[in-house]
Amino acid sequence: MTEFTLYRHNPLLDPAVHVWGWEIPVYLFLGGLVAGLMIIAGVRLLIMRPTARQALVCCTVGPLIGLVLLSAGMFALFLDLSHKFYVWRLYLAFEPTSPMSWGAWILLFVYPALLANALTHLPEAIPALAKRVPVLVTISDYILARPRIVVGIGLANMAIGVALGIYTGVLLGAMGARPLWNSAVLGPLFLFSGLSTAAALLHGILVLTTPDDERPQFADFLLSMVARWSQARPLDTRIAPTLAQADNSFLTIELGLLGFLLIGHLTSTAVHQQAAGLLLTGPYAAVFWVFVVGLGILVPLVIQHLELLHRIRHTIAPSLLVLSGGLVLRFVLVAAGQASHWATALP
Amino acid sequence: MARYIMVIDTRRCVGCMDCVVACKTENNIPEGYTRDWITETVCGEFPTVGLEIRTERCNQCANPPCVSCCPTGASHVHERGGVVLVNKDECIGCKACLAACPYDARFIHPDGYADKCTFCIHRVEKGLDPACVSVCPTHCMHFGDADDPLSEVSRLLTSRPQHTLLPEAGTKPRIYYLT
Repeated sequence: MTEFTLYRHNPLLDPAVHVWGWEIPVYLFLGGLVAGLMIIAGVRLLIMRPTARQALVCCTVGPLIGLVLLSAGMFALFLDLSHKFYVWRLYLAFEPTSPMSWGAWILLFVYPALLANALTHLPEAIPALAKRVPVLVTISDYILARPRIVVGIGLANMAIGVALGIYTGVLLGAMGARPLWNSAVLGPLFLFSGLSTAAALLHGILVLTTPDDERPQFADFLLSMVARWSQARPLDTRIAPTLAQADNSFLTIELGLLGFLLIGHLTSTAVHQQAAGLLLTGPYAAVFWVFVVGLGILVPLVIQHLELLHRIRHTIAPSLLVLSGGLVLRFVLVAAGQASHWATALP
Repeated sequence: MARYIMVIDTRRCVGCMDCVVACKTENNIPEGYTRDWITETVCGEFPTVGLEIRTERCNQCANPPCVSCCPTGASHVHERGGVVLVNKDECIGCKACLAACPYDARFIHPDGYADKCTFCIHRVEKGLDPACVSVCPTHCMHFGDADDPLSEVSRLLTSRPQHTLLPEAGTKPRIYYLT
């Protein structure tokens, strides 16, 4: 028997470590989502034929939403800082061993890459806006007249998207003090989770922009908002099956990576096994199995598979499930990671 | 170059918390926070029960994860003695160092920056012992240069069995507990 008594009561640490609250999971979720939007936008930009318009939602709407979501994520990150007015210090140093420093610098390149991708086909996607701001047409024409610039923008979005997506996982994975996080799998896991949420978001937007009399009332409201925004050229939905197919691939890989994460811990040291136990059978097991694995991955996998087989119509249900599953995954991993500790091995 | 370490005799420590009070007074630590603390570990079953009382603080690791994860360089290793310090004017309060420390030795000061034990480097540079060491009524704490073979801490390390906290975490802590 070992009984351990600690005479300390520092805020955020005692009685249980709670260094990071809601802000970090939200930031990690939005960062991963934006990373996925960048990669999909980059790929679509590279393979989109000049006359084809079916991918406009990926190349224009996705990056525009990405700009907003990334700003929201960075605001959440800012809220988490306890020495807020010193945030500019991040950009006075580059610390190669610090994932957070890498992330701060990567974020600087995300904004211009997203903006460039959005501007490339912006006049086609939102002609009303292009009419009001003619310079958008000039910029788009300039880019489209130079295929090398288009390729460069596409490749930049893919590369920066991969870096951003992996970084959100490495940020936690580099913390050796928290056994649950301390895995190289976390980087790819967050990247593919980000890709699946991005594909789900775009899939959801495409479904919402399709007229459908049977759609619930709240969806009609959303539809009218989006339709008004892109009134002159309704977004084509031929890409919807492609996105659902891609989303299913990402979800399957994500499920496999979650399995690798747990297997890695279960075959490691006693503290790592205890850390895995937090998710498998411990206090976070119910949320993990029901909301992350069940409703966040397996159920949307089945629904989207039926959609692809034309057994059921495309709805926003799988999109909402994947998005909420991705968010809960971050919340569960951040909370359970802080609950996992080497101190269980203290003499 | 000096390599400061602390050697603590767990057979002498009675957990009186004089070290905690001395640290709070010397370093003006706000109410509700502490840079050092006491732990008690009871092992075994009657009649072979063992009790170890320890005074704990930042382990001034030789491989400090709090320094490598700091995005601004605020957490750094001091050129004298390898003591890990925080420059409060560079700290953004991201709390990565709190999450990276397996000993939970850091905390966020009410002014927003990460704070921790400094081995009272301001006293050491004047030739004094850290405040906690200087007030210990049982003389269970010893501070000195591990690179000096004639120092008291070097002599203690070679004369008594000792252990560090969580050596398996790979941080190479530099506070040794004599058993």
